[in-house]
Amino acid sequence: MNYPKELLYSASHEWVQKLDDTTAKIGLTDFAQHSLGDLVFVNLPEVGDDVACEETFCDVESVKAVSDVYCPVTGKVAAVNEELLDAPQKINEDPYGAWLAEISDISAFGELMDAAAYEAFCAKEEG
Amino acid sequence: MKLIFERSVAGRSCALLPECDVPQAALPQELARTQSLDLPELSEIDLSRHYTELCKQVHGVNDGFYPLGSCTMKYNPAVNEETCSLPGFTGIHPLQPVHTAQGCMEVLHTAEDLLCQVTGMDVMTFQPAAGAHGEYTGVLLIKAYHQSRGDTARNQIIVPDSAHGTNPATAAMAGFKVVNVPSGADGCVDLEALRKAVGPNTAGLMLTNPNTVGIFDKNILEITDIIHKAGGLNYYDGANLNAIMGTVRPGDMGFDVIHLNLHKTFATPHGGGGPGAGGVGCKEILKPFLPQNHVIKTENGFTFENAPQSIGSMKAFYGNFGVVVRALTYLLNLGMAGLREASQMAVLNANYMRVKLAPHCKIATDGICMHEFVMSLKDLLKETGVSAKDVAKAMLDYGMHPPTMYFPLIVEEALMIEPTETESKETLDEACNAIIEILAQAKQDPERVKATPHSTPIGRPDEVTAARNPRLRYQ
Repeated sequence: MNYPKELLYSASHEWVQKLDDTTAKIGLTDFAQHSLGDLVFVNLPEVGDDVACEETFCDVESVKAVSDVYCPVTGKVAAVNEELLDAPQKINEDPYGAWLAEISDISAFGELMDAAAYEAFCAKEEG
Repeated sequence: MKLIFERSVAGRSCALLPECDVPQAALPQELARTQSLDLPELSEIDLSRHYTELCKQVHGVNDGFYPLGSCTMKYNPAVNEETCSLPGFTGIHPLQPVHTAQGCMEVLHTAEDLLCQVTGMDVMTFQPAAGAHGEYTGVLLIKAYHQSRGDTARNQIIVPDSAHGTNPATAAMAGFKVVNVPSGADGCVDLEALRKAVGPNTAGLMLTNPNTVGIFDKNILEITDIIHKAGGLNYYDGANLNAIMGTVRPGDMGFDVIHLNLHKTFATPHGGGGPGAGGVGCKEILKPFLPQNHVIKTENGFTFENAPQSIGSMKAFYGNFGVVVRALTYLLNLGMAGLREASQMAVLNANYMRVKLAPHCKIATDGICMHEFVMSLKDLLKETGVSAKDVAKAMLDYGMHPPTMYFPLIVEEALMIEPTETESKETLDEACNAIIEILAQAKQDPERVKATPHSTPIGRPDEVTAARNPRLRYQ
């Protein structure tokens, strides 16, 4: 399992890449894609949507189930990775390259872990 | 096997319909087709062989054990088919005058009366065609109720995280915002979380009880009371009614509206398109909003009544009438005492299997279950690499339908088993032995389990490619 050092992580398995103080990219972690299995569909938010910490902002579907993706920050959707709509497998192949959305005007960050803490958290979840 | 279109030979036919004995009416030119339909042309024997071949490709309750959790795949008695084939039921037209269809209307009225007794509801419609359609009808009743009172701020439906996926989908489709509440360790609703979730925006709650891990929520009266005190209404998803018939009624648990899956609980055809019937029952307060064509009894016989503030028609005419005839046959055959015994036997069968399997795998919840239980194969996957899906596939080679997989979502590597009351102890023993054998083999020779099934026409379809790049035409 891969836990890039430069990212922050939520307990619901989203990663956050801070671009500056009020902008960040959000995606699903390697642990998340591994437990979800092969993804076949992604439902992204709309640009301009207001999103809030720990609220559902998109969902992903595998052959097993549909799963909600929780937003780890509060802000506004500035961009979405439309490439994923036709190629959801990119999340499986390259979870840290396949960002879901870029959030701007961030007013709050949820409780986030650094890579080491998240790795320990995942080890416990596996347990 | 060949598709029916590939068996077709131009000009071949079979006479399945009687000669037309009334003058044919021609369609106005502008409505007529310019091109004839591409329908398969077969002789009767080729048609018969086609369907027999299809039968061999699938597994039904008549082939073997079918413990598909939350689907109640009970055996449907043959007498149900006999009654619904009576000419008085098959030879009717939905537009014929009411006084010429009194027997059919009595069927709808009697079935409503009996099912209201079973569920503790005041009134019922049979218009919805199946479970999810019933849910949608029920939630529209809740919406109409709040709107009629000018209570327009109520835009949220609360759904526990163990719910069937159709619950949040239904609420969203009816224009509500879905609010999820988590379950506690026992699989029951977290009361504190529920108290925090309710408020002036709460339109209602959708709940299955027993829930999807097969546990009867012991706090049910408190749960429905929290919703009522917040001004919302309680919706009962009848998916798991098979556990409680004759013992406890949703109406007494504090539910205001309910759907039944006649095609599960009341032994009518199920799977492969049924068709189903999703009767919706409600308390008096929701009666003014019922769908059209509700049968009532008057001094001059049965007639249809349209509710004053009706949500409209949910389906043309009166729903899937033939299914209601089958369900009524089942109800009358069993009687109230028989229904109670059926539920008790369903619960006993599930517990028998649970206790037999418990030494060999983790059961998601402790203690006695209702009509179904959930195994978690998380540890097996970790130890051996054999997943719940692999175990399910291996069961196919024992001539069994696999349990429901990967549901409920709150249990990892879930296999959900619902044996139903119609299975014998011998069948349950065989099934348990097969599962125990598969679990043992997973530890000794995991690759062998992962290579199953060997005996089915199709082994492991490529579900991922099928979902990502569906090919929806045969050519």
